[in-house]
Amino acid sequence: MFCCNGCLIVHDLLTETGLGHYYDLRRHPGSRIQKKAASEQWTYLDEPVLLQRLLDFTDGRQSRVTFHLPAIHCIACVWLLENLFRLHPGIGRVQVNFARRDAAITFAPDKVKLSELVALLASIGYEPTLTFDELEKAKASPVHKRAWLQIGVAGFAFGNIMLFSIPQYFGLDAQHGAAFKTMFGGASLALALPVVIFSAADYWKSALLALRQRMLTLDVPIALGLAAIYGQSVYEIVVRTGEGYCDSLTGLIFFLLCGRMFQAKTNDRMAFDRDYKSFFPLSVTRRSLAESEERVALSQLRIGDRIIIRNGELIPADAKLISGPAFIDYSFVTGESEPVEKKAGEHLYAGGQQIGGAIEVETVKAVSQSYLTSLWNHETFRKERDDNLNTLTNRYSRRFTLIVIGIAVAAAAFWMLAGNLPRGIKAFTSVLIVACPCALALAAPFTLGTAQRWLAQGKVFLKNALVLERFARVDAIVFDKTGTLTSAGANAVNFNGKELSQAEQGWIFSLTRHSTHPHSVRISESFGGKFFPEPVRSFLETPGCGIEGQVNGQEIWIGSQAWLGSRGAKPANTELPAIGSVAHVAIGGCYRGAFILSSSLRPETGQLIRRLGGRYELVLLSGDNERERERFGELFGTSANLNFNQSPLDKLGFIRGLQDSGRTVMMVGDGLNDAGALKQADVGVAVVEKIGAFSPASDVILDAVRVPQLFEILTLARQCARIVRTGFVISSLYNLVGVSIAAAGLLSPLTCAVLMPLSSASVVVFACGMATFAVRRSFGVRWQSEATAPLTLTPEDGQSGGALRFPPQSKMETAS
Amino acid sequence: MSVILILIIASVLMATLFLLGFIWSVRSGQYEDTTTPSLRVLMDGEGDSRAPDKAAAKSTREKISN
Repeated sequence: MFCCNGCLIVHDLLTETGLGHYYDLRRHPGSRIQKKAASEQWTYLDEPVLLQRLLDFTDGRQSRVTFHLPAIHCIACVWLLENLFRLHPGIGRVQVNFARRDAAITFAPDKVKLSELVALLASIGYEPTLTFDELEKAKASPVHKRAWLQIGVAGFAFGNIMLFSIPQYFGLDAQHGAAFKTMFGGASLALALPVVIFSAADYWKSALLALRQRMLTLDVPIALGLAAIYGQSVYEIVVRTGEGYCDSLTGLIFFLLCGRMFQAKTNDRMAFDRDYKSFFPLSVTRRSLAESEERVALSQLRIGDRIIIRNGELIPADAKLISGPAFIDYSFVTGESEPVEKKAGEHLYAGGQQIGGAIEVETVKAVSQSYLTSLWNHETFRKERDDNLNTLTNRYSRRFTLIVIGIAVAAAAFWMLAGNLPRGIKAFTSVLIVACPCALALAAPFTLGTAQRWLAQGKVFLKNALVLERFARVDAIVFDKTGTLTSAGANAVNFNGKELSQAEQGWIFSLTRHSTHPHSVRISESFGGKFFPEPVRSFLETPGCGIEGQVNGQEIWIGSQAWLGSRGAKPANTELPAIGSVAHVAIGGCYRGAFILSSSLRPETGQLIRRLGGRYELVLLSGDNERERERFGELFGTSANLNFNQSPLDKLGFIRGLQDSGRTVMMVGDGLNDAGALKQADVGVAVVEKIGAFSPASDVILDAVRVPQLFEILTLARQCARIVRTGFVISSLYNLVGVSIAAAGLLSPLTCAVLMPLSSASVVVFACGMATFAVRRSFGVRWQSEATAPLTLTPEDGQSGGALRFPPQSKMETAS
Repeated sequence: MSVILILIIASVLMATLFLLGFIWSVRSGQYEDTTTPSLRVLMDGEGDSRAPDKAAAKSTREKISN
């Protein structure tokens, strides 16, 4: 048994090449079926226009392409992909990035075409994600490279200058004359120069920027302090009055950069800014005039083209239905939980998913101008929210900077009035040096960064650490219904009527699995493989009425009440719950009851709402119709703000309205219909059933199993804000001690060299420790055990691909 | 005295070598993906002595060409 096709092929390859003993080391049960891929399906990839945009690089003889392969999930996958060259002579080096599930493949375009390469990948079970936005996405740039280099240079200089400074701390130079003092001073200055110029470059830039915008961000006092330290050091060493503060300077920059790196770690394997383009496929099946079908790239789709949409495929542009009974599932676009039946000639909106047989449609609008995509043309999507201006740190630093400059000026003035000008100047620079808010700058990165890491292990992914600060300020929460409070896929199917026997359930299962009507699919899935399908005779599906057939000699009808009624099978009483859809059942001509298909609430939702309701203003915004108003009215309480039939733009507007009334809003949603609201909200939380599946642009990606713990996550955010504030107080205390020494004009390099690392280190320890403690207290031992589990991804994890979060097609195929 | 000078120069040179090594490692992209290499070391090289199995090789080729 193998967990994936990859492992199976690895097995064969290993046996082939004599490495079979791999399997003595590792056994991995499981099974996974991948349908065969036809090479023709990908021929559109060989279009020069597409090629040019997909390839990282090509010189005619060698090309390189980077694919996102969501199926990568274990070590065998890495092994197989990196040994791909054994399968085809045209393939060269393959390098897999496991965390991002990317593979960079070098190949010879004259020996293997891109379409063949993709077909090969698909045939061994690693179908690349080829979505519309892959084309436009700039390839990931190595942002961290520069940051690492800056840290390296700072660390190098810091270590060496420390060595030079040690003799001076202990006064050893007194014995050996001034020659060493000068030499060490000069060497320290020389080593510190690249740190000041290169490593600290970002601080100079952002301080300048802040001053130009008349803002006092934390970078201003930092840059001021750094400049003061270096200036003072140069002065002291050149005029030979002292040995300078180069050790403190480089150490400070080193710590600051470490803090920055700690916070800069983002969950880069999660995509936080996807839009409709990553939702759409790269190609569609177009029917040309000659009645033949071809796969064409989505970008080549023109108005008036006829395209074939198969079961589970998306409608890529607003279109008119030409033929075929269409059941369009708009749940992801509008929040409507029930699929809609459409007739030939009706208008279909882009983003809907066809359920059932293949349909033919004619596009009436370009992809970029369709209803769905128009949401992204809204102004909300054009402005980038500036995260950095209103952070806790910056609000604090405004006061801080003014106080520090005030003290520095006052100290200088005091000594000057006392007639001691040199001491006045020294006091001025000393205050700036000692007050350089290194510890202050570290409090937030380490607290938030630690919490972010813990949360990520619990499948709560934050776009960046600053989101946590905004989390803490939230005072109103807006929920989406479908897919957020209710689970999107697994709907509750209840039978209402006299209980069915085991045999009868088996018959119904056998019959419904032959139909692709969404209700049939849901009913047959609800039996969950309990039964073995029996043969069905004289199966007939009447659109708009129901299905019928003979199983085991029994005539079974399932369909609408009117249809059954017209055949003489009438229920005894017509009382049925108002929620959900209904499918009536008659066996052998006798009415037996009805299946109620309703969306089910996630577990513990009631409890969550009650707990949140005590502290936050709660709102429900649903794109669905009002049929579940009563049910949610009970849940949210009678005075709750429940809104149904909300279009994506309504939702966006509603959130803006709340914000205008002074609220800090958190939006919890899942679909494209929430995309506008998620973007507009102060914190947008996207709920996903599977990590790595499609989610609209948001600040937080939350695994659906964590929805009941939203309360704890919000509490944690508040605690973190409190920890950051406490960190500020601690570092301010250090500054107070330092500043009082400095204002007296008594600051020595040694005090500085002890005080600065001490304050930084204690704040870092406090921040990390308290944040970890807060996470453990909020989420308990359960979370902890998951966190320490090694990085293993379940086989299903990447299954759904980047673009679609719908059930895989194969499920439907077995049903038909 | 000059001994100390030589020692200092030697130590700074050593440190510079390490710095250059670090710069090289960053430039060559070793800090970009820290997960995959940890998996890669677990994979065996080409050194196992079992005889290649031609029949299995054929079956794999067939599977892939299908």
